[in-house]
Amino acid sequence: MARQFMKGNDAIVVGALAAGCRAYYGYPITPASEIAHAAALHFPALGGVFIQAESEVAAMNMVYGSAGMGVRTMTASSSPGFSLKQEGLSYAAGAELPCVVVNIVRGGPGLGNIAPEQGDYFQITKGGGHGNYRLIALAPNGAQEMCDLTMHAFELADKYRNPACIMADGITGQMMEVVEIPKAQPRTWDHSSWCVDGTPATAGNLVSSIILEPEELEAHNLKLEAKYQRITADEVMFEKYAVDDADLVVVAYGVVSRIVYSTVDQARAEGLKVGLLRPITLWPFPSAAIAALCGTAKSFLAVELSTGQMVEDVRLAVEGRKPVHFYGRCGGVVPGGDELLAEYRRVLGGGSR
Amino acid sequence: MKTYEKSAGFFPVFERKTGPAKEATHYCPGCGHGNVHKMIAEALEEFGLIGRSVFVSPVGCSVFGYYYFNCGNFQAAHGRAPAVATAVKRTNPDSIVISYQGDGDLAAIGTAETIHAANRGENICVFFVNNAIYGMTGGQMAPTTMIGQRSTTTPQGRLETVHGNPIRMAEMLATLPAPTYIERVAIGDSKHIMKARKAIRKALKIQAEGKGYSFVEIVSACPTGWKMDPVHARDWLLEDMLKVFPLGVFKDESDSRDENSWHRRYDAYEPAVVDEYLDRLKSTLGEAEPVALENDLHCKFAGFGGQGILTLGLLLSQIGMRAGQHVSWFPAYGPEMRGGTANCSVNLCGSRIGTPLVENPNVLVVMNQPSLDAFADQVTDGGVIIVDTTIVEGRPDAKRLRPVLIPATAIADEVGMAKIANVVVLGALVAATGCFPRAFCEDTLRAAIKKRSLVDMNIDAFGRGYDFVKNAR
Amino acid sequence: MTDNAALDVPWMEVNGELCKGCQLCLAVCPKSVIAISEKLNSASYHPAYYTGADCTGCGLCFYACPEPGAIRVTKP
Ligand SMILES: Cc1ncc(C[n+]2csc(CCOP(=O)(O)OP(=O)(O)O)c2C)c(N)n1
Ligand code: SF4
Ligand code: SF4
Ligand code: SF4
Repeated sequence: MARQFMKGNDAIVVGALAAGCRAYYGYPITPASEIAHAAALHFPALGGVFIQAESEVAAMNMVYGSAGMGVRTMTASSSPGFSLKQEGLSYAAGAELPCVVVNIVRGGPGLGNIAPEQGDYFQITKGGGHGNYRLIALAPNGAQEMCDLTMHAFELADKYRNPACIMADGITGQMMEVVEIPKAQPRTWDHSSWCVDGTPATAGNLVSSIILEPEELEAHNLKLEAKYQRITADEVMFEKYAVDDADLVVVAYGVVSRIVYSTVDQARAEGLKVGLLRPITLWPFPSAAIAALCGTAKSFLAVELSTGQMVEDVRLAVEGRKPVHFYGRCGGVVPGGDELLAEYRRVLGGGSR
Repeated sequence: MKTYEKSAGFFPVFERKTGPAKEATHYCPGCGHGNVHKMIAEALEEFGLIGRSVFVSPVGCSVFGYYYFNCGNFQAAHGRAPAVATAVKRTNPDSIVISYQGDGDLAAIGTAETIHAANRGENICVFFVNNAIYGMTGGQMAPTTMIGQRSTTTPQGRLETVHGNPIRMAEMLATLPAPTYIERVAIGDSKHIMKARKAIRKALKIQAEGKGYSFVEIVSACPTGWKMDPVHARDWLLEDMLKVFPLGVFKDESDSRDENSWHRRYDAYEPAVVDEYLDRLKSTLGEAEPVALENDLHCKFAGFGGQGILTLGLLLSQIGMRAGQHVSWFPAYGPEMRGGTANCSVNLCGSRIGTPLVENPNVLVVMNQPSLDAFADQVTDGGVIIVDTTIVEGRPDAKRLRPVLIPATAIADEVGMAKIANVVVLGALVAATGCFPRAFCEDTLRAAIKKRSLVDMNIDAFGRGYDFVKNAR
Repeated sequence: MTDNAALDVPWMEVNGELCKGCQLCLAVCPKSVIAISEKLNSASYHPAYYTGADCTGCGLCFYACPEPGAIRVTKP
């Protein structure tokens, strides 16, 4: 078995290489820099491209360039840098370019700090840049998933010709775990029908997001929307742990889901019927899976490293059928297991805080 | 016979153009963009480059460059054409890439992309149409607008003290070592025009020969933005603009550079090559039969930076991995470490690990006093607490915890290197917890320690830590 | 135009529908053999036209003209 003990950030690069990614463009920022370090080592060694760009704006627009060439390409950053990528993301979504963008989220707003947070949920799942578009968003919670979901992100990006995002946090990026190194995947994608790769075969193609005529741009938007509906129908991923008989369904993703996972058995030992529903895709959100639990669960609790962002999607899924509670820490403060157990007791006991 | 006519570098009919008149451009009468387009198209055709060319249109009046050029086309965000062009060239070094930009695009919003593509010496052609105005958005001031020139955002004329001076991009970029060729030309009188044509051809030739970055600034009229008829606009350009933007070659190393001196490797994806490469990244610890773990370990290791705290965690993690256990290692990162302290959390578990953070360790190692003060209370009842007594003066609560008091740093000194105290501690930890057999750990260490010359010293340190605990029993 | 071809002398021609009447070709022609039409084309410009003789085939008008397809110069 080809295994290695590695950082989540390094595992992203391994996954990218195994997915056939050939061009990496980045700009340093803690706690995402290891991704650039690993890319700088591995991409050129494999005859691929690594450029430390002049900014995240430039890095994302370089991704636009390579993606338009029909090449698997990526960039990675952390929150302030991810903000700067919004321009390029909107253009890539408009031009329907497949690419992968990683955000190792840190504390905000502004410069904030470099500690783990999930305050970029809205920016990632609700847009962020201008116009009607969606990012496919995957939320790994360990090093193996950093690798595997990066590969999956490339698949989805190509399948739907849309940017895909990995949303992780400082802990998942910095933590080391045992990773099974994947096999390099066969080349399944062929973009010659639309890409511009500097060969006569594609010289008639155009990579662009400008559409002047309102009717035509509306049609383009509706086509994108239909694509987003297909993604919503087909690509939702989530994990359930002890939810089928749970009175309290805790919804958490990323590192928070790991903390919650640790508390479920403890809670059950106390007689509290708690379960975990972990969204793996943040967009599309596992709304149906949550809705399906409204019959059995007495209430829901969203736990996040934010002041309450994903909880809005939980509420939309529950549609008022059951109470939806929220518990969040932010600024880099990570809730402990005891803290969560106290919250479960309070919610299940109907107590107030 | 010689014929001057529409080049095959252009589409015969501009089908992408909206509205009627699909053979005329969208440009205003007398606009210099058209002249520059003609020269580029002609050169692409004559040099036989059309099929492998990629034209990157900017945002500005030339945003619709893709209506016209009969090659691959990209439309880029405002100012980002050099970044897009960089990536295009890097992902196909055989392509011919043109970054075509106006002055707002190149010298205002895209200044950073412009300078850095030049500074990297990307083997692309940048054609910079300097018309001293923002044409597309309605005649606002550009970075190249002349002092005194009226624009919709400088209704009284551009003032040096308020708006700064017109930027001379060609001169600025010529200070960089990387570019091969930088010239400023003009769509002015016929002589200028023919020189401009020559410069554009030269730039494309340099790229085709693999000699690096070219920048051709073309001083050009915007009759609409300047509110002049085309002939007056041309005269103003000749009389006023060229005083501020002198024509000439600012840099030309095209003769001294070798063909293909700009060389960037790019290999297309080959799964077999990647597989072989990834195989080299795998653990070199070697396979071992899984070793059972009686109790899950939730460890916290804390001390000063430089004591090898993080390495201690990594070594234990590797032993755990080789034993087939679930393992996680998480360091305190960033500013937390700046104060000279270091700590990490390590979980070794028989089943899936929940939180990677260790709030309540059942094994705590403290290698300085502040760590003892900070973490001792968090240890679970009956947990092991290993204290380096060479450094730490305080002593933990022996009733609640299982203290292992070991002069690790002093022992390490005896071994021959104070820095190896972390491995002494590792020996003590393995002995105190009985997590894995001694020989298994030593085998793992032998495989894990990269520097061959240090293996024996590490095994010695580990053994002394281990024996210290066993003998104290 | 066939006349010119038959005469084996250089000549220029303007595609009156693509011309935007900017007059830059007039300004550069060393022989002053280009003029502006009284008539409007369908885009409402007064197009340029060749006065019919003495063109040297120098091509300067072609490069001075911003429109890709407006001018053609033939030099036998
Ligand atoms: C981010 C962004 N900001 C502003 C604009 C609006 N905009 C379009 S073109 C332009 C200026 C173009 O001027 P220049 O580059 O000089 O080209 P010209 O039109 O003169 O050829 C501006 C500001 C935009 N499209 N995108
Ligand atoms: S506004 Fe100026 S730059 Fe734009 S097309 Fe008209 S003349 Fe040319
Ligand atoms: S080719 Fe020369 S001489 Fe003939 S019309 Fe044009 S500019 Fe005049
Ligand atoms: S330069 Fe071209 S567009 Fe202008 S008047 Fe002459 S032929 Fe017409």
